[in-house]
Amino acid sequence: MNPAYRRYHPKWYRARMPIFWWLRRVSYFRFIARELTSVFVAYAGVLLLVQVRSVAAGPEALARFTGWLQLPPVAALHVVVLLALLFHTITWLHLAPRAMVVRLGGRRVPDVAVLLGHYGAWLAASALVVWVVVR
Amino acid sequence: MSGRRLREPGLWLLFSAGGTLAALFLPALVMVLWVAPSVGWLTPPVHETLAAVAGGVLGRLFLTALIVLALYHWAHRFRYTLYDGLQLYHLNQLIAGLTYGVATVLSVAAAVVVWR
Repeated sequence: MNPAYRRYHPKWYRARMPIFWWLRRVSYFRFIARELTSVFVAYAGVLLLVQVRSVAAGPEALARFTGWLQLPPVAALHVVVLLALLFHTITWLHLAPRAMVVRLGGRRVPDVAVLLGHYGAWLAASALVVWVVVR
Repeated sequence: MSGRRLREPGLWLLFSAGGTLAALFLPALVMVLWVAPSVGWLTPPVHETLAAVAGGVLGRLFLTALIVLALYHWAHRFRYTLYDGLQLYHLNQLIAGLTYGVATVLSVAAAVVVWR
């Protein structure tokens, strides 16, 4: 929810919250961590773009890019990126049964089936990526 | 206010589509392109393969959709993380302008780079 902000609105009572309210409980922290995976999603998008550019520039440019990937701090960063993106995937897929109600023949498909369907789609997408890139 | 009511569902759709594409494809892409080759689990993908994928029409459509939607996914989610997490209610307009603005500029750059 994002109501228009009114600084001196007379009717609303807003309880004062400390800025770091999300450090108070594990579940609050997990919520903020989940939201912050979006930073890694954007990072992956931008780095994909950089890689597309170096591929277009030719084999030497791609080799330079690959060399940069192999620097230990860069490799470590990408392990962190991978973990964050896995967290994004798992939390996102588990929201799916709550976000969509699938009906089949007038009856609601159980949440577990919707969830399994999404995991199946993840598996298929990952297999496609591996098949296309590692040949 | 009616302008915002019209925009909000569209932005949410971009966020949602981006989140789904990212969830399905990014872990495998990060693993295969960036992590596995640099820790020695895979030999780095050869230029020929990547050039063929990034140069084909399907590859270009996929890359454009993935990158653009990933950027708007970030813009929307990060905007509300600042809004809720740091309670920057009074900077709402500025934050929205910056996040969607950055996503838009980078999306244009992505389209140019991918379709060149």
